Amino acid sequence: MLIRPKAGILDPQGQAVERALPALGFEGVANVHVGRLIELDVEDASQVPQMCERLLANPLIEEYEVVELEDAA
Amino acid sequence: MKFGVVRFPGSCDEVDALMACRRFADADLLWHGDRDLSGVDAVVVPGGFSYGDYLRVGAIARFSPLMESVIEFARAGGPVLGICNGFQVLCEAGLLPGALLPNDSLRFVCRQVEVIVENPGTPFTRACEAGDTLSIPVKHTTGCYYAPPGTLPDEQVVLRYAPGHNPNGSMDDVAGVCNVGGNVMGLMPHPEHAVDPLTGSADGGRLFESLAMVPA
Repeated sequence: MLIRPKAGILDPQGQAVERALPALGFEGVANVHVGRLIELDVEDASQVPQMCERLLANPLIEEYEVVELEDAA
Repeated sequence: MKFGVVRFPGSCDEVDALMACRRFADADLLWHGDRDLSGVDAVVVPGGFSYGDYLRVGAIARFSPLMESVIEFARAGGPVLGICNGFQVLCEAGLLPGALLPNDSLRFVCRQVEVIVENPGTPFTRACEAGDTLSIPVKHTTGCYYAPPGTLPDEQVVLRYAPGHNPNGSMDDVAGVCNVGGNVMGLMPHPEHAVDPLTGSADGGRLFESLAMVPA
Protein backbone atom coordinates (compact mmCIF):
# COMPACT_ATOMS: atom_id res chain seq x y z
CA MET A 1 0.00 0.00 0.00
CA LEU A 2 1.24 3.45 -0.88
CA ILE A 3 -0.17 6.01 1.52
CA ARG A 4 0.25 9.72 0.86
CA PRO A 5 -1.18 13.00 2.15
CA LYS A 6 -4.37 13.96 0.36
CA ALA A 7 -4.14 16.83 -2.11
CA GLY A 8 -4.38 20.13 -0.26
CA ILE A 9 -3.37 18.72 3.13
CA LEU A 10 -0.41 20.47 4.72
CA ASP A 11 2.66 18.31 4.04
CA PRO A 12 5.59 19.93 5.85
CA GLN A 13 7.82 16.90 5.19
CA GLY A 14 7.25 17.20 1.45
CA GLN A 15 7.93 20.94 1.64
CA ALA A 16 11.16 20.40 3.57
CA VAL A 17 12.40 17.87 1.01
CA GLU A 18 11.36 20.20 -1.83
CA ARG A 19 13.50 22.94 -0.30
CA ALA A 20 16.44 20.62 0.35
CA LEU A 21 16.80 19.24 -3.19
CA PRO A 22 17.64 22.53 -4.94
CA ALA A 23 20.14 23.22 -2.15
CA LEU A 24 22.01 20.15 -3.41
CA GLY A 25 21.87 21.35 -7.00
CA PHE A 26 18.83 19.30 -8.15
CA GLU A 27 16.78 21.82 -10.12
CA GLY A 28 13.25 21.66 -11.52
CA VAL A 29 11.74 19.69 -8.62
CA ALA A 30 8.11 20.39 -7.68
CA ASN A 31 5.14 18.84 -5.86
CA VAL A 32 7.19 16.72 -3.44
CA HIS A 33 5.06 14.62 -1.09
CA VAL A 34 6.24 12.22 1.58
CA GLY A 35 4.09 9.22 2.49
CA ARG A 36 4.49 5.63 3.69
CA LEU A 37 4.85 2.20 2.19
CA ILE A 38 3.26 -0.80 3.89
CA GLU A 39 4.11 -4.27 2.63
CA LEU A 40 2.26 -7.41 3.59
CA ASP A 41 1.41 -10.93 2.47
CA VAL A 42 -2.31 -11.60 2.46
CA GLU A 43 -4.33 -14.58 1.29
CA ASP A 44 -7.39 -12.60 0.27
CA ALA A 45 -6.33 -9.34 -1.38
CA SER A 46 -9.93 -8.13 -1.51
CA GLN A 47 -9.62 -7.32 2.21
CA VAL A 48 -6.87 -4.79 1.63
CA PRO A 49 -8.98 -1.69 0.85
CA GLN A 50 -10.90 -2.25 4.10
CA MET A 51 -7.64 -2.60 6.02
CA CYS A 52 -6.61 0.77 4.60
CA GLU A 53 -9.94 2.44 5.40
CA ARG A 54 -10.07 1.16 8.98
CA LEU A 55 -6.45 1.16 10.14
CA LEU A 56 -3.60 1.59 7.70
CA ALA A 57 -4.62 5.02 6.41
CA ASN A 58 -6.72 7.86 7.82
CA PRO A 59 -9.09 8.62 4.93
CA LEU A 60 -9.68 12.12 6.30
CA ILE A 61 -6.12 13.19 5.55
CA GLU A 62 -4.53 10.40 3.49
CA GLU A 63 -5.18 8.57 0.25
CA TYR A 64 -3.95 5.10 -0.49
CA GLU A 65 -3.10 3.03 -3.50
CA VAL A 66 -2.91 -0.77 -3.46
CA VAL A 67 -0.16 -2.31 -5.56
CA GLU A 68 -0.36 -6.08 -5.95
CA LEU A 69 2.93 -7.87 -6.54
CA GLU A 70 2.87 -11.31 -8.16
CA ASP A 71 6.02 -12.59 -6.58
CA ALA A 72 5.98 -12.08 -2.83
CA ALA A 73 9.40 -12.16 -1.21
CA MET B 1 -17.94 12.25 41.24
CA LYS B 2 -15.12 10.03 40.03
CA PHE B 3 -12.68 10.45 37.14
CA GLY B 4 -11.10 7.53 35.28
CA VAL B 5 -7.73 8.20 33.65
CA VAL B 6 -6.74 5.78 30.90
CA ARG B 7 -3.29 4.20 30.97
CA PHE B 8 -2.03 2.76 27.67
CA PRO B 9 1.40 1.24 27.20
CA GLY B 10 3.36 4.38 26.26
CA SER B 11 1.15 6.85 28.14
CA CYS B 12 3.32 9.30 30.08
CA ASP B 13 1.04 12.01 31.45
CA GLU B 14 -1.51 9.78 33.16
CA VAL B 15 -0.17 10.38 36.66
CA ASP B 16 -0.18 14.17 36.28
CA ALA B 17 -3.74 13.87 34.92
CA LEU B 18 -4.71 11.65 37.86
CA MET B 19 -3.28 14.16 40.35
CA ALA B 20 -5.02 17.03 38.56
CA CYS B 21 -8.35 15.18 38.75
CA ARG B 22 -7.82 14.41 42.44
CA ARG B 23 -7.66 18.14 43.22
CA PHE B 24 -11.36 18.29 42.38
CA ALA B 25 -12.82 14.77 42.82
CA ASP B 26 -11.98 11.09 43.20
CA ALA B 27 -9.92 9.54 40.43
CA ASP B 28 -8.48 6.18 39.46
CA LEU B 29 -6.39 4.80 36.63
CA LEU B 30 -8.07 2.58 34.02
CA TRP B 31 -5.94 -0.10 32.32
CA HIS B 32 -6.09 -0.25 28.52
CA GLY B 33 -6.63 -4.01 28.47
CA ASP B 34 -9.72 -3.91 30.70
CA ARG B 35 -13.22 -3.29 29.46
CA ASP B 36 -14.67 -2.18 32.77
CA LEU B 37 -14.87 1.57 33.34
CA SER B 38 -15.40 0.91 37.07
CA GLY B 39 -18.40 3.19 37.25
CA VAL B 40 -16.48 6.43 36.61
CA ASP B 41 -18.42 9.60 35.81
CA ALA B 42 -15.85 11.07 33.41
CA VAL B 43 -12.96 9.65 31.41
CA VAL B 44 -9.63 11.38 30.71
CA VAL B 45 -7.50 10.02 27.85
CA PRO B 46 -4.04 11.40 28.69
CA GLY B 47 -0.96 12.39 26.76
CA GLY B 48 1.98 10.25 25.79
CA PHE B 49 2.80 7.83 23.03
CA SER B 50 0.11 5.16 23.23
CA TYR B 51 1.22 1.87 21.70
CA GLY B 52 4.37 3.68 20.58
CA ASP B 53 2.27 5.84 18.24
CA TYR B 54 3.20 3.29 15.58
CA LEU B 55 1.58 3.67 12.16
CA ARG B 56 -0.03 7.05 13.04
CA VAL B 57 -0.49 8.83 16.36
CA GLY B 58 -3.42 7.25 18.21
CA ALA B 59 -4.23 4.81 15.40
CA ILE B 60 -3.66 1.59 17.33
CA ALA B 61 -4.72 2.73 20.82
CA ARG B 62 -8.16 3.50 19.46
CA PHE B 63 -8.78 -0.25 19.02
CA SER B 64 -7.78 -1.23 22.58
CA PRO B 65 -10.39 -3.08 24.66
CA LEU B 66 -10.83 -0.16 27.06
CA MET B 67 -11.36 2.28 24.20
CA GLU B 68 -14.30 0.19 23.01
CA SER B 69 -15.90 0.85 26.40
CA VAL B 70 -14.89 4.53 26.29
CA ILE B 71 -16.50 4.89 22.84
CA GLU B 72 -19.68 3.29 24.16
CA PHE B 73 -19.56 5.58 27.24
CA ALA B 74 -19.11 8.65 25.02
CA ARG B 75 -21.93 7.64 22.68
CA ALA B 76 -24.20 7.36 25.73
CA GLY B 77 -23.34 10.97 26.62
CA GLY B 78 -20.57 10.37 29.17
CA PRO B 79 -17.95 13.14 29.36
CA VAL B 80 -14.59 12.23 27.80
CA LEU B 81 -11.58 14.56 27.74
CA GLY B 82 -8.63 13.79 25.46
CA ILE B 83 -5.35 15.61 26.08
CA CYS B 84 -2.62 15.72 23.41
CA ASN B 85 -2.15 12.04 22.49
CA GLY B 86 -5.61 11.48 23.99
CA PHE B 87 -6.97 14.09 21.55
CA GLN B 88 -5.30 12.20 18.70
CA VAL B 89 -6.82 8.91 19.93
CA LEU B 90 -10.33 10.42 20.11
CA CYS B 91 -10.00 11.80 16.56
CA GLU B 92 -8.85 8.40 15.29
CA ALA B 93 -11.78 6.80 17.13
CA GLY B 94 -14.17 9.07 15.25
CA LEU B 95 -15.45 10.65 18.49
CA LEU B 96 -14.12 14.07 17.45
CA PRO B 97 -14.00 15.73 14.05
CA GLY B 98 -10.72 16.21 12.22
CA ALA B 99 -7.18 14.91 12.64
CA LEU B 100 -3.79 16.02 13.96
CA LEU B 101 -0.98 16.51 11.44
CA PRO B 102 2.75 17.02 12.04
CA ASN B 103 3.56 20.55 13.28
CA ASP B 104 4.15 22.92 10.37
CA SER B 105 7.66 23.51 11.76
CA LEU B 106 8.35 19.73 11.75
CA ARG B 107 9.78 20.34 15.22
CA PHE B 108 8.80 19.22 18.69
CA VAL B 109 7.43 22.28 20.49
CA CYS B 110 7.42 22.67 24.27
CA ARG B 111 6.28 26.03 25.58
CA GLN B 112 3.67 27.87 27.57
CA VAL B 113 0.86 29.20 25.34
CA GLU B 114 -2.26 31.25 25.89
CA VAL B 115 -5.59 29.84 24.76
CA ILE B 116 -8.92 31.63 24.65
CA VAL B 117 -12.16 30.02 25.79
CA GLU B 118 -14.49 30.19 22.78
CA ASN B 119 -17.27 27.97 24.10
CA PRO B 120 -17.91 28.05 27.87
CA GLY B 121 -21.06 25.95 27.44
CA THR B 122 -19.39 22.54 27.56
CA PRO B 123 -18.94 20.27 30.60
CA PHE B 124 -15.19 20.99 30.26
CA THR B 125 -15.37 24.79 30.33
CA ARG B 126 -18.38 25.60 32.49
CA ALA B 127 -16.09 27.09 35.17
CA CYS B 128 -14.89 29.59 32.52
CA GLU B 129 -16.42 32.51 30.68
CA ALA B 130 -16.27 33.21 26.97
CA GLY B 131 -13.07 35.09 26.18
CA ASP B 132 -11.16 33.92 29.27
CA THR B 133 -7.47 33.46 28.56
CA LEU B 134 -5.79 30.36 30.01
CA SER B 135 -2.03 29.88 30.23
CA ILE B 136 -1.27 26.20 29.58
CA PRO B 137 1.82 24.42 28.21
CA VAL B 138 1.99 22.50 24.93
CA LYS B 139 4.53 19.75 24.14
CA HIS B 140 4.06 17.82 20.93
CA THR B 141 5.30 17.06 17.43
CA THR B 142 1.95 16.16 15.86
CA GLY B 143 -0.45 18.89 16.91
CA CYS B 144 -1.48 20.71 13.75
CA TYR B 145 -5.26 20.46 13.84
CA TYR B 146 -7.06 19.97 10.56
CA ALA B 147 -10.71 19.37 9.76
CA PRO B 148 -12.03 19.11 6.20
CA PRO B 149 -13.96 22.23 5.11
CA GLY B 150 -17.49 22.30 6.50
CA THR B 151 -16.95 19.64 9.18
CA LEU B 152 -16.22 21.88 12.19
CA PRO B 153 -19.04 24.28 13.11
CA ASP B 154 -17.92 27.30 15.19
CA GLU B 155 -19.72 26.11 18.32
CA GLN B 156 -17.50 23.00 18.34
CA VAL B 157 -14.36 25.11 18.69
CA VAL B 158 -13.91 25.17 22.46
CA LEU B 159 -10.43 26.72 22.70
CA ARG B 160 -8.37 28.79 20.29
CA TYR B 161 -4.72 29.80 20.59
CA ALA B 162 -4.45 33.51 21.38
CA PRO B 163 -3.13 35.65 18.50
CA GLY B 164 0.56 34.84 18.00
CA HIS B 165 0.40 31.72 20.20
CA ASN B 166 -0.43 29.05 17.61
CA PRO B 167 2.55 26.69 18.10
CA ASN B 168 1.90 24.18 15.33
CA GLY B 169 0.08 25.63 12.33
CA SER B 170 -3.38 24.50 13.44
CA MET B 171 -6.21 25.57 11.14
CA ASP B 172 -7.90 28.79 12.37
CA ASP B 173 -5.79 28.64 15.58
CA VAL B 174 -7.95 25.77 16.88
CA ALA B 175 -6.53 24.42 20.16
CA GLY B 176 -9.47 22.33 21.40
CA VAL B 177 -12.70 20.98 19.91
CA CYS B 178 -15.77 19.10 21.07
CA ASN B 179 -18.20 16.73 19.38
CA VAL B 180 -21.73 17.68 18.29
CA GLY B 181 -23.16 16.61 21.65
CA GLY B 182 -20.54 18.61 23.57
CA ASN B 183 -19.69 15.67 25.84
CA VAL B 184 -16.37 14.76 24.18
CA MET B 185 -13.51 17.25 24.05
CA GLY B 186 -9.93 17.11 22.85
CA LEU B 187 -7.13 19.65 23.14
CA MET B 188 -3.42 19.71 22.39
CA PRO B 189 -2.33 21.86 25.39
CA HIS B 190 -1.79 20.04 28.70
CA PRO B 191 -4.12 21.38 31.40
CA GLU B 192 -2.87 18.68 33.81
CA HIS B 193 0.56 20.37 33.81
CA ALA B 194 -0.99 23.70 34.83
CA VAL B 195 -2.86 23.04 38.07
CA ASP B 196 -0.50 24.63 40.59
CA PRO B 197 0.85 28.20 40.66
CA LEU B 198 4.19 26.66 41.66
CA THR B 199 4.66 25.55 38.04
CA GLY B 200 3.67 28.91 36.59
CA SER B 201 -0.08 28.61 36.12
CA ALA B 202 -3.09 26.92 37.66
CA ASP B 203 -5.36 27.78 34.70
CA GLY B 204 -5.51 24.18 33.47
CA GLY B 205 -7.32 23.23 36.66
CA ARG B 206 -10.40 25.07 35.38
CA LEU B 207 -11.11 22.23 32.95
CA PHE B 208 -10.98 19.56 35.67
CA GLU B 209 -12.94 21.81 37.99
CA SER B 210 -15.60 22.19 35.26
CA LEU B 211 -15.86 18.43 34.85
CA ALA B 212 -16.13 17.90 38.60
CA MET B 213 -19.17 20.21 38.54
CA VAL B 214 -21.03 17.59 36.44
CA PRO B 215 -23.63 15.98 38.70
CA ALA B 216 -22.45 12.50 39.68
